[in-house]
Amino acid sequence: MKAAIVAIASLVALTALALLSPQWLVFMAMLALAKGVVVLGLLVLMRTGLVSFGQGLYFGIGAYAAALLSHHLHVADAAVMLLAGAATAGLVAALLGLLLAGYRDIFFAMLSLAFSMILYGVLVKSAALGSTDGFNLHARTFFGVALAPGVERRVFLIAGAVCAVVVALLVHRLLGGHWGRLATGVRDNELRVAYLGASPYRVVYVNYLIAGAMAGLGGALAALAVGHVDPEMTYWTTSGEFVFIAILGGIQSILAPFMAATIFEALRTIASQYAPNVWQMSLGLAMLAIIMFLPAGLWTLAERRRRSA
Amino acid sequence: MRPLSSFGLRAALAAFVFLLAAPASLAQQPIKVGIVTFLSGPAAGPFGIPARNAAELTAELLNAGTVPAPYTQKGFGGTPIELVIIDEAGGPQKQVAEYRNLVPRVDIVIGYISSGDCLAIAPVAEEQKKLTVLFDCGTPRIFEDASYKHVFRTGPTGTMDNVSVALYLVERTPNVKSIAGLNQNYAWGQDSWADFENAMKTLKPGIEVKTSQMPKLFAGQFGAEITTLLGSGAEVIHSSMWGGDLEGLVLQGAPRGLFEKHKVVLSAGEPAINRLGTRIPDGTILGARGPFGPFAPDTDLARWLKTTYQDRYHVPPNYASFKMTQAILGVKAAYEKAKGSGNGAPDQDKIIAALENLAFEGPGGPVKMALGKGHQAIMDAAVGTTKVEGGELKIVDVARYSADKVNPPDGVKSEAWIKSGLKK
Repeated sequence: MKAAIVAIASLVALTALALLSPQWLVFMAMLALAKGVVVLGLLVLMRTGLVSFGQGLYFGIGAYAAALLSHHLHVADAAVMLLAGAATAGLVAALLGLLLAGYRDIFFAMLSLAFSMILYGVLVKSAALGSTDGFNLHARTFFGVALAPGVERRVFLIAGAVCAVVVALLVHRLLGGHWGRLATGVRDNELRVAYLGASPYRVVYVNYLIAGAMAGLGGALAALAVGHVDPEMTYWTTSGEFVFIAILGGIQSILAPFMAATIFEALRTIASQYAPNVWQMSLGLAMLAIIMFLPAGLWTLAERRRRSA
Repeated sequence: MRPLSSFGLRAALAAFVFLLAAPASLAQQPIKVGIVTFLSGPAAGPFGIPARNAAELTAELLNAGTVPAPYTQKGFGGTPIELVIIDEAGGPQKQVAEYRNLVPRVDIVIGYISSGDCLAIAPVAEEQKKLTVLFDCGTPRIFEDASYKHVFRTGPTGTMDNVSVALYLVERTPNVKSIAGLNQNYAWGQDSWADFENAMKTLKPGIEVKTSQMPKLFAGQFGAEITTLLGSGAEVIHSSMWGGDLEGLVLQGAPRGLFEKHKVVLSAGEPAINRLGTRIPDGTILGARGPFGPFAPDTDLARWLKTTYQDRYHVPPNYASFKMTQAILGVKAAYEKAKGSGNGAPDQDKIIAALENLAFEGPGGPVKMALGKGHQAIMDAAVGTTKVEGGELKIVDVARYSADKVNPPDGVKSEAWIKSGLKK
């Protein structure tokens, strides 16, 4: 019930933002939403105690799937692009997950990183896809309805908000129930879970698949927002950024990834504008401060306030 | 759950409000020019910082009114200019975000070294209706795959770099029979090699391509590739490398005799002169992506840039510096043409109309906005050979090629033009 209220409130707030705010804010909100969805997927995976340093793989697959639809097949519908992004990434995750679900800890992290770097290598070598320069994409319709140039990004933001809220509700249900406790069980004592008759492999596999599909959706959202895809989306620094955001927010709440992604985007923009020569250092210091003072992420602040209230 | 009560969200919100409240430019205020160039990362040293230095120097001297003719008027048409500089590092996605944030704060944007950033920014500039002048990126795809009203590029494309070195090579060694390549495996390296290979095949049909080595970008170590090249038997080796990779190639290749055994062509080698100096072996063919740096014609404007830049930064301006100054002067020329003799500031559409098909004088010589429906510059090309004389690196045997000879006609794609025989 409470989740539904928060969901509706977020949707209303984001729709208002999409309709009323200036273009640059619409764009930043969209990018924050896209990254929030990817990080929420990462959070699902982290519940099983696994950190993927290769979500850029699915982020990139989602983005390229959406972009190729528009570029080569001339399907310029945003809704189709979003679905295709999530579906393609989910499909690849279903395949790679078969292998990855058997690994844990650093082996899982490194293997996931390796797969994302393979895709990066392939994209960089493919001159037909623009190599490192990438290529543009244009979404002109949404569910078949043609959009005016000024309005399209606002519509995409609302679409992104709907996607994000629906996905967040699903994840909330999933993690709040039997499956969520099973995932935590796998993290805390895998052997015990197996003795109780559940399959840790299956839990990890399904969570990996969910994380992959969500990263694909996030990638497609980002591609729609930016209007350009390039191999940087699959590079390890992009994957690292998602882990950064996850740590920034903490993994206790479904809302934390979105909040952290928003703060990350705002922080980066402010740093770029007011400290153009040391913006990376500003981000690094922020990270350091979080790890030192709020090891469980920014969400602890919200938790503390709630407890004292 | 009360998400709004969290400190982080409040801080972010406050920051947003602060950004929203940034003052809009008023009529009497200076003209704000957004400058986007690499301030960090591997491209900052050879290109980004020299370009930023040139931007700061040029803006200051324009405001002081000490730039030679035809740019003696202060600022842009008498109004001083003010720079807002941001970092280009971080990839196209970040650049699109920062560009969108920059647009409300400035009147004109000049920037972008990476072709990927240029390709991503161009459609956004069009959507935002903001005059945006690309100053350095090389890919011809920007105006060949699309057409824009608000986007211009005042530097020539990468096409003429490789066409001009191919012409230079064939003129000096008419019997050249084989070539090989060593280029970074990313869009710039791949495109440069394709242009060079196709140009050589067009100029010398039947030429043999011995090998094309494509080490990954910023590999730094080229031991294996140099061994392959030394064993390839190719007469000419082409490389479009830059920055640390180029230094690595020269420092690792020279002791192994790579430059003695082969004719080495460094199509974008000029920025390395300031760092490597006499360590670049004699007889290396060097390009500067246009008539910039040591290839600049002997004009008041070129002398002005060279002396003022050298005085302030204690190194000569390289091609990135020249191209940045050229972009600012190009916009100034268009601004003043649009303003005419009137007193008010010209609106953006008038400046755009003035910049289209404009011919203006840059520190590298005449610039013509001749391609991409008047949005893409062409310039003469210059190629030279290195020679150490009296302990100093000199560029000798410089050949100039007229802009028309090394650039495709408007409406023809570079790749097709090279393959179809470099014809007009």
